[in-house]
Amino acid sequence: MKTYANALSLLAGIAGLSIAFQVATAQNLSEVSIDLPEETAQLKPGPGLELARDNCMTCHSVDYIYMQPPLSQEQWKGEVVKMKKAMGAPIADSDIDAIVQYLMSQNGKK
Amino acid sequence: MYDKPKPAVPPTEPDLSRRRFFRASAALGGLGLLGHSGLNAAASIELPMVNGRRELAVYPQKRELILMTARPVQLETPFQLFNDGVFTPNDAFFVRWHLAGVPTQIDGAAFEIKVHGRVKQPLALKVADLQNQFEAVEVAAVCQCSGNSRGFFNPRVAGGEWGNGAMGNALWKGVRLRDVLNKAGIEADAVQVRFNGADGPVLPATPDFVKALDMDVALGEDVLIAYSMNGEPLPLLNGFPVRLIVPGWFATYWVKMLDDIEVINTTDQNFWMNPAYRIPDNSCACMEPGQQGVKTVPINLLNVRSFITSLADGARLKGGHVHEIKGIAFDGGYGIARVLFSSDGGKHWAEAKLGKDHGKYSFRQWTAAFKPVTGRRYELACMAVNHNGESQQPSTSRWNPSGYMRNVVETYRVTAI
Repeated sequence: MKTYANALSLLAGIAGLSIAFQVATAQNLSEVSIDLPEETAQLKPGPGLELARDNCMTCHSVDYIYMQPPLSQEQWKGEVVKMKKAMGAPIADSDIDAIVQYLMSQNGKK
Repeated sequence: MYDKPKPAVPPTEPDLSRRRFFRASAALGGLGLLGHSGLNAAASIELPMVNGRRELAVYPQKRELILMTARPVQLETPFQLFNDGVFTPNDAFFVRWHLAGVPTQIDGAAFEIKVHGRVKQPLALKVADLQNQFEAVEVAAVCQCSGNSRGFFNPRVAGGEWGNGAMGNALWKGVRLRDVLNKAGIEADAVQVRFNGADGPVLPATPDFVKALDMDVALGEDVLIAYSMNGEPLPLLNGFPVRLIVPGWFATYWVKMLDDIEVINTTDQNFWMNPAYRIPDNSCACMEPGQQGVKTVPINLLNVRSFITSLADGARLKGGHVHEIKGIAFDGGYGIARVLFSSDGGKHWAEAKLGKDHGKYSFRQWTAAFKPVTGRRYELACMAVNHNGESQQPSTSRWNPSGYMRNVVETYRVTAI
């Protein structure tokens, strides 16, 4: 990588290209690697926690649940059905109501 | 009152909750760069909404930001950072991914962008090819999430519960999309251009995040494939090595880690174009809660917004001194013509002074002088007008079920002490 950047600088110097051009080019040809921090949010105890863990956490962290405004049973059901139908989550029809009940216990509109 | 603005001698004093926030940030500053969220677990802030508590976290290539969700990662810019300058630093820029399959390792030299579909000559371009074969263009432009400020909707709606910090302004450099498309040669029956990034879903059944623009938009002279952001490569979480820049349009179209450009001869109907990211097809993009049968269109241009950045709601100011109130304004690309400032909740307005013009898609900074009387309370407000005569929602904010397009006149209650 470094060799290539140097070669580019030399080439740029010969061709009279701008410094900014060289820098941007070299930087964009590099490799970038990051480590994402571990999730900290956890599901809290409640009836149906295991179902929620197995069905929801495959695709997203649980802060998606707790940041919502308190939602009604109908709204939570809408979210679960959206995850199944629109987002393709393999949620068994027979588990939907239990997951909704868990979500109501966590962040339901009373 | 605004005849002789003087320099603001006493700095504005943030209210207690803001001050606590600053202290928490300062205490963590020394540890932050280690990037272990565990160290930050104690630091949090409370956005002014129900369930508004958020952790503060340091992510790779980022300073301490508001953590909305960890997987996929979504980070919000703490609002006071918008007071620091007209451009949002890369390490402070908000982050929003839709699907958890975000590559954490990208080789910028090997990364390839495919151009295909209804074109005469499909292309496979490396970043170096973009830089060597096409004219470089720079544009200052606001990138604002469609759902910015969703958490302030009333009644509340489900979704990403952002405060006002899911936006940023940067100087983007790249090449025109239309130059790339013209090199490939657009077929006569082209209807839209569809954009895909290197991110993907966890489950194969989940719709990949793909967005489409009509040809007239895609061929606009300011639509770029950008490889530089504020003079640096993009942070990986903002789309390294290249992302689409659609100045004036909401960020949902600014596809990150852009690796696939497909010209199509239909109107794309994938999930992320329909039913997601749509607004009521009327002049206010609004409707009543529960209203049925409302026709919708894909979200598109930014509407006019303005904010005070130099103080927060609930701030205390020193009475008897002239304060320079600072803020920002922006719109969908007509450019900001005026910003008006009020200290009485919008009953009377005075012209604010506009700062340097960085182009019609950029934040425009503004200032207004304000001399409060000790012991009194004030409702400060700002309202921008663009060069097309459009302004903001004066008092009641619009409502739609997705929480898009909020642009109410913001009010800040302050007390002079």
